[in-house]
Amino acid sequence: MDSIRALIVDDSSVMRKIVERSLRQAGINISQVFEAGNGAEALGALQDNKVDLILCDINMPVMDGLEFVKQLAAVENAKGVPVVMITTEGSEAHVVQALSAGARGYIRKPFTPDQVKEHVLPVLARKS
Amino acid sequence: MSTGAAPASGLGRESWGPLLQLAAQEVFDTMLGSGLTVPLEPAPEGGLDITAMVGLAGQLCGVITIRCSGDSAAVMAARLLGTEPDQASHEMWDAIGEICNMVAGNFKNKISGLSHGCMLSVPTVITGGDYRLHSLADEEALQLTMAFVGSPVIISLQVHS
Repeated sequence: MDSIRALIVDDSSVMRKIVERSLRQAGINISQVFEAGNGAEALGALQDNKVDLILCDINMPVMDGLEFVKQLAAVENAKGVPVVMITTEGSEAHVVQALSAGARGYIRKPFTPDQVKEHVLPVLARKS
Repeated sequence: MSTGAAPASGLGRESWGPLLQLAAQEVFDTMLGSGLTVPLEPAPEGGLDITAMVGLAGQLCGVITIRCSGDSAAVMAARLLGTEPDQASHEMWDAIGEICNMVAGNFKNKISGLSHGCMLSVPTVITGGDYRLHSLADEEALQLTMAFVGSPVIISLQVHS
């Protein structure tokens, strides 16, 4: 698999690092990582940067992950970019909301690198 | 993660202690690679000067807290980030807050009907041990005394019915 550029959206800087580490442990070749602390920051980052994958929390201040995914459809730079949610929210209703809004995958915290691999690789394979 | 879910609030409260313990152990096993254990004898609570709190609102209102020493919090941060404790100590507040957030989320996901009917606050972390927590909880706190790499970790759930 070619190297990818990833955008990681979470209000915890520690969690953003854990997600990046898990992607690398999952064997995903990452050339560049962009970080954002909420959905609004992420939309801003996508104005100037193109990415191949977005991993996004749901519960965040300013703009939550579900609203971010909805607004992502209007961002030219993000057309076709898969979004995988990574969140403590575990209900089926949240999963349905996220997938209906446009997310392609859903990982519940706590998670292992194997779970990241299991959910992210198929999404990247479909994109390519 | 266990997918078995206990009944929602009001019912099955006797199972909340074991579910909270299971939720915490799963988070530590999965994210830190080392388990929380139940000590044979309760450890002294002195020196537990880091407290992480996450509020619950909705069908279940209350607060979940995790208390530990600064050294333990630094080790937790290091385990989360895959670094040494001295390199992770400046991130221990964020790390212990995220651990508390995951424990709270994992706990509510184990109670049927609560997963979507209960919201979590962003974590708050207090440094220092000389304080009293005055929450709106009207029931006695459910408190678990556990151990992480030999040091005490106290996890509590206070519920406002």
